[in-house]
Amino acid sequence: MMSEFPRALRALLAALALIAAFALAACGETKDDEEASGGGAASEEKTDATAEIKKGLKTVSIPKQLGNPYEEFEHSGVDEALSELGGSNKISGPTEASASSQISIINAAVQQKPDAIIIAGNDPDAVAPALKQAAKRGVKIVAMDSGVATDARSVFVNQIETALVGKSQVESIAKQIGNQGEIAILSATANATNQNSWIKVMKETLKDPKYKDIKLVKTAYGDDDDQKSFQETQGLISAYPNLKGIISPTTVGVSAAARYLSKSPQKGKVKLTGLGFPSQMSKFVKDGTVDEFQLWVPKDVGYLAGQVAANLASGKITGKEGEKFKAGRLGDYTIGVDGEVILGPLTTFDKANIDDFDF
Amino acid sequence: MLADAATSEPSAAPSAAPAAGATPGARVRGVLGRWEALLIGLLVITFVVGQGLSTEFLTADSFTTGSLDLSEVAIMALALALVIVAAEIDLSIASVLALSSAVMADLWNRGLPLELIMPICLVVGGLCGAFNGVLVTRLGLPSLAVTIGTLALFRGLAFVVIGDESVTDFPVSWTDRAFGNFAGTFVPNTMVLFAGLAVGFGVLLHFTPFGRSVFAIGANEEASYFSGLRVKRIKLILFVMAGIVAALAGIIISLRNSTAAANVGQGFELTAVTAVLLGGVSIFGGRGTIVGVILALLLLGGIQKALLLSESISSYWIQIVTGALLVGSVLGPNLARRVSETRRRRSSQSQHPEEGHP
Amino acid sequence: MSTSAVGPPAPAPVEGARARRLTEWVFRIRELGIVVALGLLILVTAILEPRFIEADSLRNLALNASIFAILAAGQTLVIVTRNVDLSVGSVLGLSAYFAGDLLSSNPGLPLPVVFLLGMGLGAVCGLFNGILVTWGQVPALVVTLGTLYAFRGLAFLWTDGSQVNAETLPDAFLDLGTDSILGVPYLVLIALVVVLAVGQWLRDFRSGRELYAIGSNPDGARLAGVRSDRRVLTAFVAAGALAGLGGVLFTARFGTVDATAGVGYELTVIAAAVVGGVAIFGGTGSVYGAALGALLLGCITSSLIVLRVEAFWQQAAIGALLLIAVALDRFLGLRIDTALRRRSARRAG
Repeated sequence: MMSEFPRALRALLAALALIAAFALAACGETKDDEEASGGGAASEEKTDATAEIKKGLKTVSIPKQLGNPYEEFEHSGVDEALSELGGSNKISGPTEASASSQISIINAAVQQKPDAIIIAGNDPDAVAPALKQAAKRGVKIVAMDSGVATDARSVFVNQIETALVGKSQVESIAKQIGNQGEIAILSATANATNQNSWIKVMKETLKDPKYKDIKLVKTAYGDDDDQKSFQETQGLISAYPNLKGIISPTTVGVSAAARYLSKSPQKGKVKLTGLGFPSQMSKFVKDGTVDEFQLWVPKDVGYLAGQVAANLASGKITGKEGEKFKAGRLGDYTIGVDGEVILGPLTTFDKANIDDFDF
Repeated sequence: MLADAATSEPSAAPSAAPAAGATPGARVRGVLGRWEALLIGLLVITFVVGQGLSTEFLTADSFTTGSLDLSEVAIMALALALVIVAAEIDLSIASVLALSSAVMADLWNRGLPLELIMPICLVVGGLCGAFNGVLVTRLGLPSLAVTIGTLALFRGLAFVVIGDESVTDFPVSWTDRAFGNFAGTFVPNTMVLFAGLAVGFGVLLHFTPFGRSVFAIGANEEASYFSGLRVKRIKLILFVMAGIVAALAGIIISLRNSTAAANVGQGFELTAVTAVLLGGVSIFGGRGTIVGVILALLLLGGIQKALLLSESISSYWIQIVTGALLVGSVLGPNLARRVSETRRRRSSQSQHPEEGHP
Repeated sequence: MSTSAVGPPAPAPVEGARARRLTEWVFRIRELGIVVALGLLILVTAILEPRFIEADSLRNLALNASIFAILAAGQTLVIVTRNVDLSVGSVLGLSAYFAGDLLSSNPGLPLPVVFLLGMGLGAVCGLFNGILVTWGQVPALVVTLGTLYAFRGLAFLWTDGSQVNAETLPDAFLDLGTDSILGVPYLVLIALVVVLAVGQWLRDFRSGRELYAIGSNPDGARLAGVRSDRRVLTAFVAAGALAGLGGVLFTARFGTVDATAGVGYELTVIAAAVVGGVAIFGGTGSVYGAALGALLLGCITSSLIVLRVEAFWQQAAIGALLLIAVALDRFLGLRIDTALRRRSARRAG
């Protein structure tokens, strides 16, 4: 109504005045920050390998999504590394596995002025601009597990050599189905960097002549959501009656698929492999649903990333190829091409060794 | 509907301006408009609490990143407000946003330049809005049911267009513009766009005959119809505007996040409805101001930012607070009205005790 | 629709009875229509892909639709009174996690207790909604939109990022979600029982039938002595309890539950009800129709999967179906109105 409007307008002007007042007061702060970090950016050019790890480092680690047990393990490793080095880490994650939620979190994290941000990216490019802005403020960026654009981070901590994951998974399923038949992939989200790099390698590997009788019929996306993965598995089985094997390189996917298969007539007939937790998969290995699957130690990935972040923030490394550093209990590491650091080998779990692990 | 208009907030009634010696609270309310005064009060509380939770809260940075986060919801809320004032609703706006993003991705993959793609997306949005509008006005279907259906239909079409793919290689000149700030200040470009649209919609709603018609239709559709207003045409226009603005939001979010896909903007419609209702626009139609909506957006953005920055309070509270605010925005006035009615009844009884009970 | 769809028998004027019979007839036609659509869909899919009608495939179809059918039954109660409950997905999520958490910490807990507690939690949520709608006089759309947010937020707070793992749940419970008896899955049996119970209540009990009266003519119902507030409150509590039941069954079926269980379900549930003939403006519809609607929607999904049509068409198909159903109901409603008016005009003139 028109009579309300002048009063309402006055309200808006009042609100804007309030904001302007606060902003002006705060403006000074921001400028000071920029000057301080400007100095920091310049000093990152030179490294001092003999320098000590700074005490009291603060980092923020951003998982793909909260509530994912794999991410929890992984990021607990970051916690471990930072507290071991006399610093602290805060885990700040989105409730759904999307890149845009990660962007809001990156921006909020930067405002808390951490020394480094460690991130498992939901999309390599979408989060890059926000990360670059953070880097300009002197925050060191470490990508872990699922990488981001190369120029948006200093170091990428990869658990396994990307090619090795893809190849080993294909080898595992091929062995189980006798090198012939239809297979499908049950992945996580469609944009996840790590998923897509592994799947790319899998497709390349399948071109090898010894796999000529194996046909990849579908790549399904379970979005790292248990119910969706469960239902996608159901969908794969009903759409492809001749399906012989499923590769699910995601801990959520492989456990949901195993759960579905163990109660279905296809148990044991459709082979399943993937990247899974011994604790979740133990039951299915023992009841014959799954013969073997693979993984690494997620906590170690986080631990290594935490160590890398601390070294970066202390000026001991800059992410250049060839730099060496010590990663606590994991030993010495050398930075590889494009700032990538690889944790180590892949472990295959089966009936024989499944009880040896406690995660 | 008529009954509702009669029992609406006192501020809508002819200036029952308080006497000069009235309480400061009443004077503030008189000057600013009751609902807006309440929102300002809540804003102040949010600022104080937010700053207490984190010293980084009241900074230019917070405003920049916080307002960026809400850019798309904000502009959609403007158009949605008009729809709700006309006593309709449009829950499909986030799906139109997604369809626009999907079309953008598809056309980009086919090699069209952005300058051509953007108008096409706006047209797509307009067509979606027209679809909603025709179903509501020509077929007489309830807008709640229609837009629940189109919410699913449009997002489904978005997936049909682009599938699970996403396009992330838009030119840097455009993406920088989308998440960058205006002329070196701390105000994002999207906020400048929002301000322009806010002024436009504000003028349209409050200062033009068209806007007055929208209020009239919301307050009493039958009477408006009989007094010669082209009710159906006006409603159709409102839905088309909502569609175009949603498509614009789709373009902005795709550029801002450098990602055009079909799964963007999930849940945005709920936040937009919350902002509109919280802004004092009545769900029954016929009442509300654009200014209120702007204040509500500021409030929601402030709360979101405060909780994101806080080290002690989990950000899960954002959802609970949003829900509580939404319900409170309608419950509050209801309760207040009932309290004042009982008070009025009691005072009139004490003044005329001999009249007895009705 | 000016008359309530199902009224008390006998001492009613002849034209009233005939009007009621007309609306009942339309009612049946509507439900028959869904059955026909369902039959056609299954037939077409089976012709294109005979595997579709194999026992296993049909079993999966029924399983997938069960939980939605239960939720749709509850939603029917609310929609019939001219309200809506958008919070069912969030209530399901809360209850699902509650049940899972409870069982994994106390594996020895008897299953009926778990079910009662889950339904109880749902009922409390429904009560909250109902009080705000009746006593607070806040429109149901606003209330349940707010509780959709608030309950989901509570679920996130409660779970605090963790999840219940299927491995920690007792086998007996998980079997309930996946096993069958005489070829019919337990879950489907439970859904059938619920739909029958709620459907009969709505049809044969005065407290149920009054919901229709409230939906078709709220003021008239109040004047006729219907305790509207109490009935509407009951409807919300029942819808909440059924969502709670759905949550417990969800955990039994899927095993692993986190705070995102049931996100987005409210849309499918409302679509199922509307497709099943429950008018969004209240006053008409049946639980059986809603359950059939849930089955139809589930069938569409399964058909598309089996026919290897891109899953992306599913959502678009559901949206289109919803629009067709709403338009159809409007068309039928108008025809009935004119027919009734013509009849009473003829009688008067």
